[in-house]
Amino acid sequence: MSLLQVKQVNFSYNSKRLFKGNDQTTNILNEISFSIEEGTCLGLIGTSGAGKSTLGKVILGIQRPQQGQVLFQGHDIYNLNKATQQKIRRDLQVVFQDSYSAVNPRMTAERIISEPLENFERLSVGEKRRRVIELLERVGLSERDLKKYPHQFSGGQLQRINIARAIALKPKLIVLDESVSSLDMVTQSLILKLLSELKDDFGLSYLFITHDIKAAFSISDQIGVLEKGELIELYDSKDQFFSSKHPIVKRLRDSILAEHPRFRTLTTKVKLG
Amino acid sequence: MEDILKVKDLHVQVRTNDGSASLVQAISFGIKKGKILGLVGESGCGKTVTSMSILQLHDKKNVDIRGSITLQGRELNGLANKEMRKIRGKDIAFIMQNPMNAFTPVFTIGHQFIETIQSHTGLNKKQAKELAIGVMESVNLPDPAKLLKNYPFQLSGGMLQRVMIAIAACLKPAVIIADEPTTALDLHSQSLVLRLLDKIRSEYGTSILLISHDLGVISELADDVIVMRHGRIVETANVLELFDNPQHEYTKKLLRTRPTLYSQKQPYSYML
Repeated sequence: MSLLQVKQVNFSYNSKRLFKGNDQTTNILNEISFSIEEGTCLGLIGTSGAGKSTLGKVILGIQRPQQGQVLFQGHDIYNLNKATQQKIRRDLQVVFQDSYSAVNPRMTAERIISEPLENFERLSVGEKRRRVIELLERVGLSERDLKKYPHQFSGGQLQRINIARAIALKPKLIVLDESVSSLDMVTQSLILKLLSELKDDFGLSYLFITHDIKAAFSISDQIGVLEKGELIELYDSKDQFFSSKHPIVKRLRDSILAEHPRFRTLTTKVKLG
Repeated sequence: MEDILKVKDLHVQVRTNDGSASLVQAISFGIKKGKILGLVGESGCGKTVTSMSILQLHDKKNVDIRGSITLQGRELNGLANKEMRKIRGKDIAFIMQNPMNAFTPVFTIGHQFIETIQSHTGLNKKQAKELAIGVMESVNLPDPAKLLKNYPFQLSGGMLQRVMIAIAACLKPAVIIADEPTTALDLHSQSLVLRLLDKIRSEYGTSILLISHDLGVISELADDVIVMRHGRIVETANVLELFDNPQHEYTKKLLRTRPTLYSQKQPYSYML
């Protein structure tokens, strides 16, 4: 059985109009179906407004879809009893793009990371601190950072704290919504490396939502392409992305930037010297 | 050929209550006509400080700028603010990372576009509007007359960035400073914006200082590259040389660690 199954999910926003009679419905997701196996990463790419983040929210249980089912370990996450809901919330975590707005500015790093531990586990003070230090060290920070506040960290460091919080309860699935997009290239590659290490260590699964094709390819086992609310293609291997004839995929492929100036796609070619 | 913009031995220091801190040190470079100079480095290395120094946008009370910055032979460092205002927007245009913050939300795009043109030329409102529409057409923006009536929030980020570039290019400046012009945009808008910058440099002969942390952007557009780290230049080279044969350890590390679509077994040629 797959860890996560998404079955024919439809989602639309209704906007009530104040002065005009009928409401307006905007379809965001259309008949989305896919599944994520344990220990794998699905990369979801698409342009802005394709519905990537909405899909992430539907999977996390934040936005109830109008139609369709989201099954996590076989349980429908929008139709649960209290006990299973508790368990699923432990196993399902998220890391967002903007690391600063994802933490409380008045909490220290220690309190930020210990929050999920307090909610779900009964630990003594000493034990809790030991766990927090362990987590900090796992994401490349140290005991010295315990008492620091969010504004004392750089964006990359704070994103590590968000990751530490997400892995604190050893979850099964983490939704990474543009988690590396606002970081510079050095930090980005370090975080991507950390994420793939954690995936191997804990047998984690990821839903990696991004518009950055290179980042998606470096971490994902499967790639899905979302466009205007439809999952237009789903690949098991990266080669399929390069051989696809779909016009949207072609357009995406054409807009990938060259990795070497010799292969640039722009009109002005470069000369030596 | 003469350098259009030349920076020589630039040092920037900021004074704080705890003493002064150095932001950038010994920065020297030049850009020739119609060339694109890429400036790469991780966050906090002094890329934006350098570009703000060229435009003299630092607060003079707290920030010391030493060294020489010349535009077509004219010294900019220490120039009175009144003189600088004539240069900004006309001789040196600036494109920011986030187009949403670059516009005032309370005025229409047309109002802001025409204001920019009129503050640097003697054109009347009708002529300025015609010029604006002409430039927007030449950068392939759809239905310019209608766009000018829109407010900034009615446009997508990619669209707004292209309007920003149209404003920057309309007075045919000698230099455009593009500070992370595509970082906030999605893939498709990113390639449109890069194409646009390339078009402007080849049609108007504008020199561009392209600041980016994305080596993909640099390899698409730059002719020469400066690599910065901790406020200093660690390497300056032609873009092909830099990618083929990086000299400095830090540059090598940058090239080695970036995410790539191709594994070691399948080098870049796999794509062609």
